[in-house]
Amino acid sequence: MPAKDKTMMDSGKLITQLYDRATYLIDIKKSQDWGNIGDILKNLHQVRQSIFDLDEQVVFEQLEQLDAQISDLEGRLARSITPADVVNIVRSPQRFTLMDVLENVYDSFTELGGSGDCNVDPAMVAARATVSRRVKDKLYTHQIMVIGHEKGRGEEFRNGGCARPWGNDKALRYMHTAETEGIPIHFYIFTPGSYPIEDYPGAAQQIARNLYAMAKLRTPMISFISEGGSGGAEAIGLADMRLMASHGYYSVISPEGAAAIEGKIREGHKVPKELIEHCAAQLRMTARDNLELGTIDRVVQEPPLGAKREDYAFFRRLRYEMIRATDEVVLQAKSFRAMRTYALKMDDNDGSVEEFPVGVHWEMDRSEIRRLLELRSEKYRRMGQGFGIEEKKGLLAGLSKAKELAEAGYYELRYGLIRPHEKNVKKVISEVSSEGSTFLRKVTEPVRAMYEFVLPKTEDVRTGPMEGVERRSIFIEEWEPYVSPLANEDRTITCPNAEKSGCQDLWVPDLYGEFCGVCPTCGHHFPLEYQWYLENLFDRKTLKEFNTHIVSQNPLRFQGFDARLEKDIKKTGRRSSIITFDAGVNGIKLVGAMLFSDFRNGTVGSAEGEKFVRACDKARITRRPFLAYIHTTGGIRINEGTLGVVQMPKCTMAVREYIDSGGLYIVVYDNNSYAGPVASFLGCSPYQFAIRSSRIGFAGPRVIRETTGQDVPPDYHSAHNALKRGHIQGIWDRREFRKRLYEALVTMGGPNLYYK
Amino acid sequence: MDIDLNALLETYRKNPFEDHVLQSVHTGIITFKVQEDQEVHGPEGKWHQKPGTLLYQLERENNIKKIYSPCSGTIIDLRRDLNGSFTEAGVDLMSIRHRLDKDEVIDRILRDVLILFTAPQRARYLLSPEFAVKIEKQGQPSIQPGDEPIIMSLMKRDTNLVYSSTPGVIYKVYFQQGALVEEGAPLLGICQEENLSYIQQVVNKIKTEWE
Repeated sequence: MPAKDKTMMDSGKLITQLYDRATYLIDIKKSQDWGNIGDILKNLHQVRQSIFDLDEQVVFEQLEQLDAQISDLEGRLARSITPADVVNIVRSPQRFTLMDVLENVYDSFTELGGSGDCNVDPAMVAARATVSRRVKDKLYTHQIMVIGHEKGRGEEFRNGGCARPWGNDKALRYMHTAETEGIPIHFYIFTPGSYPIEDYPGAAQQIARNLYAMAKLRTPMISFISEGGSGGAEAIGLADMRLMASHGYYSVISPEGAAAIEGKIREGHKVPKELIEHCAAQLRMTARDNLELGTIDRVVQEPPLGAKREDYAFFRRLRYEMIRATDEVVLQAKSFRAMRTYALKMDDNDGSVEEFPVGVHWEMDRSEIRRLLELRSEKYRRMGQGFGIEEKKGLLAGLSKAKELAEAGYYELRYGLIRPHEKNVKKVISEVSSEGSTFLRKVTEPVRAMYEFVLPKTEDVRTGPMEGVERRSIFIEEWEPYVSPLANEDRTITCPNAEKSGCQDLWVPDLYGEFCGVCPTCGHHFPLEYQWYLENLFDRKTLKEFNTHIVSQNPLRFQGFDARLEKDIKKTGRRSSIITFDAGVNGIKLVGAMLFSDFRNGTVGSAEGEKFVRACDKARITRRPFLAYIHTTGGIRINEGTLGVVQMPKCTMAVREYIDSGGLYIVVYDNNSYAGPVASFLGCSPYQFAIRSSRIGFAGPRVIRETTGQDVPPDYHSAHNALKRGHIQGIWDRREFRKRLYEALVTMGGPNLYYK
Repeated sequence: MDIDLNALLETYRKNPFEDHVLQSVHTGIITFKVQEDQEVHGPEGKWHQKPGTLLYQLERENNIKKIYSPCSGTIIDLRRDLNGSFTEAGVDLMSIRHRLDKDEVIDRILRDVLILFTAPQRARYLLSPEFAVKIEKQGQPSIQPGDEPIIMSLMKRDTNLVYSSTPGVIYKVYFQQGALVEEGAPLLGICQEENLSYIQQVVNKIKTEWE
């Protein structure tokens, strides 16, 4: 090739590189007005146009000048990078994607569940990969399952990394494969959020299933977050160690979404840029913020303006960090000594990312896996803890602790020690008596008759599932029923189904009194306040609230949120959106948790999560069924950022441990139940029911319209459709709630109502 | 040719409107929310989930009921004198002069000129397999008295419906297969064979010329 052509080619390449750097800056700042980037771009364009007309020397001089100008701007931006800039870096088309990671971090990989657009869900990629490490002159190769979101390189079918429900289902399938094969899993989170559709298996329900499985998945898991969009991120985010890219974001909601809510922007209207930037800063979504909040474990350093596709040094760093994280997770479960030795050797490694001072085998035996699961549980239970707990002091604290210990001891003795023996004895007696019953009946019958004459059987609803129902009517109540204050109004109201079902106008005192807020013609359920349920659902004087000292706070110091909290506290007389309590239903003791609408629309933050976990633990210790009645939940509280998001894995972990230990967990949805809680600790229940006319889903119609560009039918989230999709197991009438709950408890609990 | 389609079309051309008289849905104190000659719109959205223009409020027993426009058009004959007064049910309150679009004109004309085979009762209706195949292959198959073009499905029992009118061709099928059809609603529109090309011409003319 002639020398002149070669230099022309080089200058051409240089222009392209400068062009990419300039457009990257524009991508980050979302404007050509920042700095003099617009002029630089214009000049670059001119040089490109006149490259063959100008002298070679002149071209290079001009390019050098432009290079210096761009470098100056890059330096300036790197020094003053804002959270909004970080969001734009993550969304830039030049940013690395999962495919780049697979190609550059791992030695080889085979995609599973399809490849490219021929795929179950191209937004979710699963691959078996190998990764090797060099220890001195020896090479060790490890098998890995890689699961993550692929945003694509401009491919429409990747859906921008928004996994559909069946994509998350695919991820779960390969998580189980890794568990079976005993290989670690590396998760890569590159998602702005889950695709909010309810088609089977349903966005929320599938995320909940993933979280439920991951809580106790018997293999080490490491996750790396580049773009962590709320529930979509959590679907593959519950890992033993969570790493995060230094220029990534992990948030409860996109800054645009938060801005639309905060600014009460109407659908279709433009959200002001300043408000988006303000919300991005308020949400504390950057890597440093998340590290401070304890929602991630470590930050993987990127180049000053974020890693791009060709940043091979970054991929070497990422490879090193992923291997190191896996080593640490495995060693922590193996032994403290091994972990300490490893840490010391790594410290002596002089920051090299090429070579490891020591090789670690990632295979784990049963006891190590048990330890791994314990550590995972501790890790998530600790997350978001310490916000809003008003600790009791002095004698009161001591008494409270002593009571807790005594209670735990009593229930452990009663159900942990005596109950299994009692069961075994009963089993043996039943087996012996059935075998020899014919022979022994003649002998035992007179004795039994005598025994029953002297000691007649007592009425006990807990002796069998249906016996209680036959003997005792639950309709006969011994107290005056609570009537909603809504009934104190002299007016009529129109049923929303009046046109379709021909419902007559309803007189309010009748509707909210005798009819319990239910239209007698079509059965439409009008919303009722949460107090109605507390008064009418449980046995008289059995309801005892606990953990009222855990209160909602403003841990992120979200501007203006303190005043809103104060207002809600004043309005409701309560200090969080959840009520946890002990109660009885027709003699059956249970532990309950109720999210209600009057306080921050039933959203879940650190305090609510902590109260839920403690209620779950109380149900586990006291061996009682656990009822989650959701009067309304609007999702995770956005004002608590990722501290709210981590309540999803945290509460799911508690639920999983409760169910695994033999508990009966029933969820009943009412009014509106959406987003995070449904996609985690509620959606994972095997027994989910809904009160008629309620709505259940992942995202509301507006979010669906804005995300998918498609409208949804007005009844898209109705309980009826949720039942058709298999998300819930039944629809209950409010007037029969108590009866249905009792039936559910005795049917599903059976003789093992107070533990299996 | 006993149908003067041109004359029919001319009547629609002269007066391309349809007046919908709105009556009070029940008793109550009425408050109008529209003015005479005001343009209103009907329900919108794929499922008609967005209500039309708010026409009036009717208050009874402190219950304010909002009544929305069922179709688009212009408000005429507004009974402004009733505003703020107690009104009985079924009183004419206003009319909406709705301008017919070309599909509506075609539909109205076809209903006038075709022989309509209507649903004898509220049930689900299906095309008989024989006619379903014919329609798929021929588009507009002929039909003779005695033919059984439709199956009525009610309470899981299927009954064949016999066509007994003039011979012709099936010009239009008005129902969706297996959908619930109200009593008296048209199922098939049958056209006499000799009128077919003429009707087709008129329909095409409306499609191209109607504004």
